[in-house]
Amino acid sequence: MDIIVCVKSVPITTGAELIPDKARKDVILDNIPFDINEWDEYALEEAIRLKERFGGNVTVISVSSRDIDEAILKCLAKGADRAIKIVDKLVAEYDAYTIAKILYTVIKSMKYDLILCGAQAGDDGYALVGVMLASLLRIPYVTFVKRLELINGSLRTVRELEEGFEEIVEVELPALLTVQTGINEPRYASIMAIRKARQKEIITLDLKSINFAESNFDGWIEIREFFTPERRKKCIMLQGDLNEITTKVVEILRQKGILR
Amino acid sequence: MKEILVLAEHRLGKLRDVTFEVLTKGRKLAQENNARLTAVVIGYDIDPLGEELAYYADEVLIYDDYKVKEFHSEYFRQVLSHIILDRKPEVILIPHTSYGLELAPSLAIELNIPIITDVLEISFENGRFVVIREYFGGKLKAKVTLRESPRYIATVRVGVSKSEKNESKGQVTKMQNLDLMDIPYKRVIGLIKPPPEAVDISSAGIIVAVGRGIGDAKNLPLIEELSKAIGGVIACSRPVVDMKWLPKERLVGLSGKVVKPKLYLAIGISGQFYHVYGMMNSELIIAINKDPNAPIFGVADYGIVEDLFKVVPQLISKIYGKMYGEENK
Repeated sequence: MDIIVCVKSVPITTGAELIPDKARKDVILDNIPFDINEWDEYALEEAIRLKERFGGNVTVISVSSRDIDEAILKCLAKGADRAIKIVDKLVAEYDAYTIAKILYTVIKSMKYDLILCGAQAGDDGYALVGVMLASLLRIPYVTFVKRLELINGSLRTVRELEEGFEEIVEVELPALLTVQTGINEPRYASIMAIRKARQKEIITLDLKSINFAESNFDGWIEIREFFTPERRKKCIMLQGDLNEITTKVVEILRQKGILR
Repeated sequence: MKEILVLAEHRLGKLRDVTFEVLTKGRKLAQENNARLTAVVIGYDIDPLGEELAYYADEVLIYDDYKVKEFHSEYFRQVLSHIILDRKPEVILIPHTSYGLELAPSLAIELNIPIITDVLEISFENGRFVVIREYFGGKLKAKVTLRESPRYIATVRVGVSKSEKNESKGQVTKMQNLDLMDIPYKRVIGLIKPPPEAVDISSAGIIVAVGRGIGDAKNLPLIEELSKAIGGVIACSRPVVDMKWLPKERLVGLSGKVVKPKLYLAIGISGQFYHVYGMMNSELIIAINKDPNAPIFGVADYGIVEDLFKVVPQLISKIYGKMYGEENK
């Protein structure tokens, strides 16, 4: 089974204060570490497990305006066989439609049985690219997949709904699935494996080399302005040393009748 | 502007709350732009749903067909495409849900309609379609515009808008059945209901919830001790379930439970919306997180920016100290 996994390298913003740039159309991410999008980690793990069971190849594809070598090497170290990176500073990071069209341009001439994407990305949270790509390729798809099983050449998937509900959906291959977190337990990439990953095949492309024409740049989503959200409530921050803080917490709990 | 279309979502014969929220949002947009608001409901044997929807829209379109008795993105898309090509609405609003996201992006590609997802606010500014939505897990928001187009699609965030019923009923129109193309390559087999649970966290008065910040399942006993000290029940955010540290019955959020306890103590939880959705209406929220910019502080009443492994043990001993009448320093 030949599997393509679409991967995005995203900023890991835990602990960081995010500040829009001067024009407010982008965010300053200079000192923020990047890593594989969490949902894509699960998609990649699922692909590697399928390969380990049924054979075949896993190809990772990533589109970005930035350097994404670190994420690519990590994917290869975990067990992907090769990587295709389309890196070009003209890539519109915030436009899901452009990203889907670039992926489509590269993937349409490839051979594959299955495409796996993360259900969404942690930075923009659009949940658009996977289904857009499947629709452009005109292949069946299922979103938010939590379990999957291969039965007589079809895929039986369980997709996640809200409030604990799930749904069983079957599709014929080739198909595209968007993968929800928790479907598996992603493996770690050892430093040794990351070092060795450089020996694997990495194909580097840009928009020119894939003939992604200027006229295709009719993006859909345009950021007008980033801004810091107002808090829903006024949160009182408890200040002081540990002793003072915990004393205050106990006081609050007593006032509210939670502690006697 | 002529028309705003809202897709109603229902499950097991009932309209989901989000449907009314999106309709209320749609009505405001319709009023601002002198447009009509139309609700579309697709399913089998759904006349009562149409009647209920009539209190929320100027017109309700009912598409009642055995072929769409379950939500199936491909059949739903065919029906919606037909309606959109026929009526040419300027805006199509769809709930930002698992169903909505299985459908909306493919509808956008098929009809070449610009789309944006998970929106909080929608308006037209100087003729441009403008929305407000979050980025970076809620750390920033952005005002976003879509490329100029005769129509736009947006999926609307669940649980953040009010729903208001109209006093009078709109018109109810039953559509004629369409000759839908068969889709043999995708089959919806059926729904799986949530399994019975040993613990029901939604009835707990005090909840101590943990997130990714606890680092490892081996740190859970510490939190359990705190929970015991204040008579609480343990719950968690999504990563804790994904990593199998706690079972799914403990999950608070969009895919788990909605809780409204007297106290919600959030420990090492960053506060992504899919968690916040499930706990934002708690009476008292106290959050402990190392990250001063964590979105959880946006919904908390009290915040502590500290290492939870320092705060929790001291809190436990303070609580026991109080119980035994000692005045701790």
